[in-house]
Amino acid sequence: MAAPPLWRSKSTRAFMFQSVFLAALVAAVLGATLTARSNLAAQGLTSGFAFLWKNTGWEMNFTLLKVAPTDPYWWFLLMGFCNTLFMGLISLAGASGIGLLVGLMRSGRNPAARLLGTIYIELFRNLPLILQLFFWYALANALPNPRQAIAFGGALISSRGIYLPGLNVSQGAVALTAAILLAGAGLAVWIAATRRPQGLDPVRRRRLVLIAPGIAILAGVLALAASHDPALPWLTLPATTGLKIEGGVRIQPEFYCLAFAITTYGGAYIGEIVRGGFKAVGRGQTEAARALGLSPWQVFSRVRMPLAFRAMLPILINQYVWLIKATTLGIAVGFSDFFMVIASSITHSGQTLEFIAILMGGFLAINFTLAAVLNRLNRAIALKGHQATGTT
Amino acid sequence: MTAIPLARQGRLRRLRKDFFGSTASTMMTLASVAVILALLRWVLNWAVLNATFSASATQAVCAERSGACWAVIAARWRVILFGIYPYEEQWRSALACAVVVVVIVLSCLPRFWSFGRLALTWGFGAAIFYILMRGGVLGLVRVNEQQWGGLPLTLFIFVATGVIGMPLAIVLALMRRSELPVVARVTGWIIDTIRSLPLLSILFTCAIVLPFMLPGFLVGEKLYRVVFGIALFFAAYQAEIIRGGFQGVPRGQEEAAKALGLPYWPRMARIVLPQAFRLALPATINQFVIAFMETSLVVVVGFVELLAAGNTAYHTGEWKFAYIEVYAFVAAIYFAFVFGLSRYGAYLEARMSAGQRKE
Repeated sequence: MAAPPLWRSKSTRAFMFQSVFLAALVAAVLGATLTARSNLAAQGLTSGFAFLWKNTGWEMNFTLLKVAPTDPYWWFLLMGFCNTLFMGLISLAGASGIGLLVGLMRSGRNPAARLLGTIYIELFRNLPLILQLFFWYALANALPNPRQAIAFGGALISSRGIYLPGLNVSQGAVALTAAILLAGAGLAVWIAATRRPQGLDPVRRRRLVLIAPGIAILAGVLALAASHDPALPWLTLPATTGLKIEGGVRIQPEFYCLAFAITTYGGAYIGEIVRGGFKAVGRGQTEAARALGLSPWQVFSRVRMPLAFRAMLPILINQYVWLIKATTLGIAVGFSDFFMVIASSITHSGQTLEFIAILMGGFLAINFTLAAVLNRLNRAIALKGHQATGTT
Repeated sequence: MTAIPLARQGRLRRLRKDFFGSTASTMMTLASVAVILALLRWVLNWAVLNATFSASATQAVCAERSGACWAVIAARWRVILFGIYPYEEQWRSALACAVVVVVIVLSCLPRFWSFGRLALTWGFGAAIFYILMRGGVLGLVRVNEQQWGGLPLTLFIFVATGVIGMPLAIVLALMRRSELPVVARVTGWIIDTIRSLPLLSILFTCAIVLPFMLPGFLVGEKLYRVVFGIALFFAAYQAEIIRGGFQGVPRGQEEAAKALGLPYWPRMARIVLPQAFRLALPATINQFVIAFMETSLVVVVGFVELLAAGNTAYHTGEWKFAYIEVYAFVAAIYFAFVFGLSRYGAYLEARMSAGQRKE
């Protein structure tokens, strides 16, 4: 009996099919790249990443460190990337805070608070984020001009931005301090979440967790103080001079509108996640804690909160990744985040393919880092082995 | 003295305990009620009591009262709803919107939940919509895609996302669980990459970068490229939702179908996919809700859909002051669609979990 012919054999067919699939994919990508290169070459552009060291010749309207038109592209990209991270950090923190509050209101027993939470969530969750952003931006632009700025405490509020009293220290020192503080917080989380160094007793570990950010704060304050110019006063207050406001720290409408929009919108989504988390905590767990004589606060902070957090973390990870991506909406109002810097770079330099590659790389890096960190945290707090799931 | 019936007494006591059970609870009640009342009062004052309803009112007339100036809607509603579509032909836009709404409502009825009927409804609806909007046949004047705008454009993007994205999602989901390792792995990479990119960057690539990368005959209209980008993004997310549904289908189902000798396609179409879809239904509707809201992102690449049309409606010297009214109007339209869809999703979820509890 002869073996089945080659084209009838299952493994051959699988091999052939996969080869064709791969070849088609490679051909599509290659074709697109070659077409793009020939099109760009026709415009007199050379491919490659040498342009990264050229001057940009244009300006960014929001930066954490100094940026001038004479700076090279790589510096612009880096600053845009920092803006995206900065915006993400602020709005994620804000959204988590609001989400926790609204979620607790929605899962509590008080009907009045529940109603308020429901109104908030339905209102903010059912309207497109970009619509909310445009609305806040229109509101911010309708504030009085700098000459009629509203004074509030030491701050001045005008259509050009909110001017807060600030410290007379250099921008670099502020950035350095922020980096030190972040490192300190990260170290504390790492010590608390991992089991390393092994064999450390819990009391000393807890002390270590507190010491790490303490040292960071001290170092940050020292860095700020070192950069202070003794000839100037410590505090700078905003004041109206002619048509402009000078002094103080300016928060641009583009920045605070985007941060506010993402915070409130994300807060509504996170609120629902928090509510789901508390719903997943079994009644028996709460009742057992109460039967043990724990106070309401202890029941909440020692039993319900940790259990709910464990239940909501996987969904929360997806939401955080989504919110980070939402910072790209900055381009709609003119906040120079990573995406907007890329878009302007493409229109100014024409190096399309390279910038698209950088854009993809940047967002893949952000997402994978965030997901990796949060997944690590998730593994650290997830239930080990087969335990009761808590739902009755 | 009249005695309160026992049952009511219990309810009263429970209400009192819920609202004023402890000091903290009382404070929360008072604060919440105060906030809700303040909000209500402000909205009522602004939108109704202090508002100017006269359709012919100008800024000077409106400025005398502190509330909303609804004249802006009376004057500009056709711009907001239909954008720059030719004025005499706007009845076609309105009709096209009605067709889409009917299609959405029909596909929400359990009667239409079969692949054939859904595909027919959506395909047919999309065709009517397209003929009405584009014209050029049946004596209708041809209207270029660049002139489409307002609500019909929003609905067009939404429907096209569903019509292109859903089959694409099914294909991607099937490829990801394929037995061929290369296909499964590569599809997984593609899905994960698309999911980790912001939609805006995909839109931007499709609108501005893609023309460089495609041979001339494939470039096509900007609108279609952008719609394809949104559909691809939708498909990547929806494919993962369907994959979640696949995981909920017991293994025995597919094995039994295999044992009966069913080939791949009937096995998928008749056994696995229907069950997976049933499990994935709440998440799918949620994804459609998000897709509806994300249509508004095309503002950034220069399309005049509902939100952008609202922006142009008040960006004239005459109505510059009335932005809140315009945004409230646009928001109400979005809210009607999104809230309706998400309520429907919640209803379905409750219905399905009720069925499971009985078993």
